[in-house]
Amino acid sequence: MKRELPRMITLVTGVFLALQYYVPHRSSAHMYETLMDWLIVVGIFAILLGIAGLVRQHLTKIQSRRENWPYSVALLTGLFGMVILGFWGQGLGSPFVTAYFTLLNPVQATMFAMLAFYIASAAYRAFRARTLLATILLLSAVLVMLGRVPLGEIVWPPFSLGSLEIPGIAQISDWLINVPNLAAKRAIYVGLGLGGSATALKVVLGIEAPHLRG
Amino acid sequence: MARSDSRHERRVRRAYPAALTLTACLLTALPAGALIAPVPHVEAYDRPNDPGETIVVAWELSPDDRTPPPGDADAVTVLSYRVLRAESPTDTLTEVGSALPGKTLYRDSEVRDNVAYYYQIQTVGTDSSLASSAWAGPVRSSGQWFDTNKAVLLAFMLLFCGAVLVLIHQARAGRELFIRPIPGLSAVDEAIGRATEMGRPILFVPGLGTSGDVATLAAYTMLGRVAHRTAEYQTGVRVPCYDPMVMTIAQDVVKSSYLDAGYPDMYREEDVFFVTQDQFSYVAAVNGLMIRERPATNFYIGKFYAESLILAETGNFAGSIQIAGTDEIVQIPFFVAACDYTLIGEELYAASAYLSREPPLLGTLKGQDWGKAAVMILIILGTVAATLGWRGFIDFFATQ
Amino acid sequence: MRWYEHLLNLDRRVLYALIFIAVLIPSLLPIGLPINISPEVENVFGRIDALEAGEIVLFPLEYDPSTAAELEPMAMAMLRHAFQKDLRVLACCLSPTGVTLVEDEIARVAAEYDREYGVDYVYLGYQPYPAIVIMTMGENFRTPFPLDYYGTALDDLPMMHGVRNYDDVALVFTVNATSGIDFWIIYGQGRYKFPLGLGSAAVMATNYYQYVQSGQLFGIISGLRGAAEYEILIDTEDPVAGRGMDVQSIAHALIVLFIVMGNITYFVDRRRRQQQEA
Repeated sequence: MKRELPRMITLVTGVFLALQYYVPHRSSAHMYETLMDWLIVVGIFAILLGIAGLVRQHLTKIQSRRENWPYSVALLTGLFGMVILGFWGQGLGSPFVTAYFTLLNPVQATMFAMLAFYIASAAYRAFRARTLLATILLLSAVLVMLGRVPLGEIVWPPFSLGSLEIPGIAQISDWLINVPNLAAKRAIYVGLGLGGSATALKVVLGIEAPHLRG
Repeated sequence: MARSDSRHERRVRRAYPAALTLTACLLTALPAGALIAPVPHVEAYDRPNDPGETIVVAWELSPDDRTPPPGDADAVTVLSYRVLRAESPTDTLTEVGSALPGKTLYRDSEVRDNVAYYYQIQTVGTDSSLASSAWAGPVRSSGQWFDTNKAVLLAFMLLFCGAVLVLIHQARAGRELFIRPIPGLSAVDEAIGRATEMGRPILFVPGLGTSGDVATLAAYTMLGRVAHRTAEYQTGVRVPCYDPMVMTIAQDVVKSSYLDAGYPDMYREEDVFFVTQDQFSYVAAVNGLMIRERPATNFYIGKFYAESLILAETGNFAGSIQIAGTDEIVQIPFFVAACDYTLIGEELYAASAYLSREPPLLGTLKGQDWGKAAVMILIILGTVAATLGWRGFIDFFATQ
Repeated sequence: MRWYEHLLNLDRRVLYALIFIAVLIPSLLPIGLPINISPEVENVFGRIDALEAGEIVLFPLEYDPSTAAELEPMAMAMLRHAFQKDLRVLACCLSPTGVTLVEDEIARVAAEYDREYGVDYVYLGYQPYPAIVIMTMGENFRTPFPLDYYGTALDDLPMMHGVRNYDDVALVFTVNATSGIDFWIIYGQGRYKFPLGLGSAAVMATNYYQYVQSGQLFGIISGLRGAAEYEILIDTEDPVAGRGMDVQSIAHALIVLFIVMGNITYFVDRRRRQQQEA
């Protein structure tokens, strides 16, 4: 029963939600909204579990003075500090929003900015013309990178060769993005859609239930 | 002796004051200037394919709904349309909404199902004149039990599910089903073995998805497999989680995998832990883990966003072998550039079938292939139809 | 060690330092490279420019500090254009970590044009579960947002009188770097058929050109480049994105140089190995 009951609930809920998509009636929408409300409630309890586990883990680290324990102090200070600050209001100028703009805002922007450095090292290491496909990849990358910036348009504008109109790098870049790139993405989307449906079908029918292995 | 009036004459005499009054009313009601033209046609109908309690009122534009012609700035044009409603032909009309010039549709969502309503559109001119249309109605709203716009979608879904079930049945009956080699999945055991040889742990990142995302479900399958192997090889696995619900499920997956492998004591709760639900804070924590513990093998399986390259590059710097799989198409190029193996698109969903070779799972994989074949045929037919101008074929598949 | 062996094993910190210099110098000393306006951005500009004064535009601004560098200039340019045209702005932010950021931006731009809150613009703030919010806004904005961000009932705001749902807004333009873009297309435009435009990070925008082709989006503004073009079209006094294009140009050129260098060293090394084996 311990295994069967969760599978039964999965089957009934999965079939209901799959069919609910096609039923616009108010009662169907109401049941869907009720399920979403339950999802929120369960999610909140899951957050409590997660935070409890996090706090327990780091308190243990602090108490036993394990390696890098001061960072655990910083983590717990940040976690509870922002919660406490939130009680003083959340409008512009409040301590919570000040902490948001002075701490979270620049740190998040910095983390995202690291991508610029990492793409440089990834490009240097990985974009090698080892094979024909790798060569096509790196040529496309170079054309799109230069075609999307003003410098590229200055270096390679559209020009005429006799009666032949040669497109500029910006037009070539646009074509690469709008034609082969988009075609490949659409194909992958089709596969993902079918694969996702098949995976969901497996879970609903109980053929595969990785979330019920416990 | 006075002659007696005929019945007709008496009727006319009685009606005369009323007619005079009526004429006076009409004359005073008429504005002094030009009259705005009413809308020529109004219809009201229950909004199709909706939950109910909505009626759509549609009308043709008033002939005066136009930009004033040049040189005639004083021409009277439409200022707005007022939507009036009543519950019976004898009731007073009340305004329920308005629409700007150029609009021909209004959705009245403040109605009750199965109650008859009547509508009228009143055109308001720029000179404040009013002109009323004919009444439309009675119309009753109701909810529909089936969205007819999605009929084709439902049919395709049922066909696809049917094909999958047929193939599962055939696989169970012993039919051989071929799957092409997927390098990323073939390398899983080798990557786990490498971690064992080096005496370093394995890092499994289940992505930033929720437990409802299909990619996260695929991550659970792979995690179960990895955890089983690491238990057999007595190697540690670390699973930092972004979502608390994913964490609770991942803990169960790892615990049961260790139990299946015969090493339940190996499981430590701190190995599968919640980090944070902030994207870049999560990345910073995982990066720190990679730099400190130098895992031999990193698995990135699930939903990833902008942090994918940061994770993969840091893992590369730490000297880890990396296997990635995500259904976020935008992130796949970053993983391809920075990881040793990448599962592209639905290869991620094929992981369970590929690793276990169980007949039902192989059958599902084949069903996906059949579905793709059907889509390819439809694309070719659609291209031919569009080229030849056969709108019917294309419109059949269009969703409203 | 030969020169190509040095380059093959180049410490990545050298690359990071070069990128840092390439970003720093044009930031401090702008070059002013000319920017051509693309048809996509011109299309979006024209669509908004054609609106009449007093019409309402809905701007869901859904990004957070990590993507603000790329999307904030775009959002500010859209807001400036709207206020220049005397349009009324209804905004929301369905990304929880961006709601304060967006509030600050709207307040700043509104102050530039002396716009009054509640009359010229309204900020709805944040509600969870964007798919449900987008669907219920189609019936009535008051369903997911009974109060605005500041706790005022929508019915008490003059701008919201008679404004019920998407039917009462001229268009919706979302500046978005979240997975919510798909919700706006599927649950918003797909169900309620309003004109929907998108401004997104360059890496994400490539996914959505197909929706422009199918007519589900009326236009796309892509990344910092798109924002720079829009700033030119509205003739802004402070072209933040425009300055960023100089930096982006130099950085891209440097990365292309890295790729070329990497390939030269790779081929030289490969040729040496082949000669040794021979």
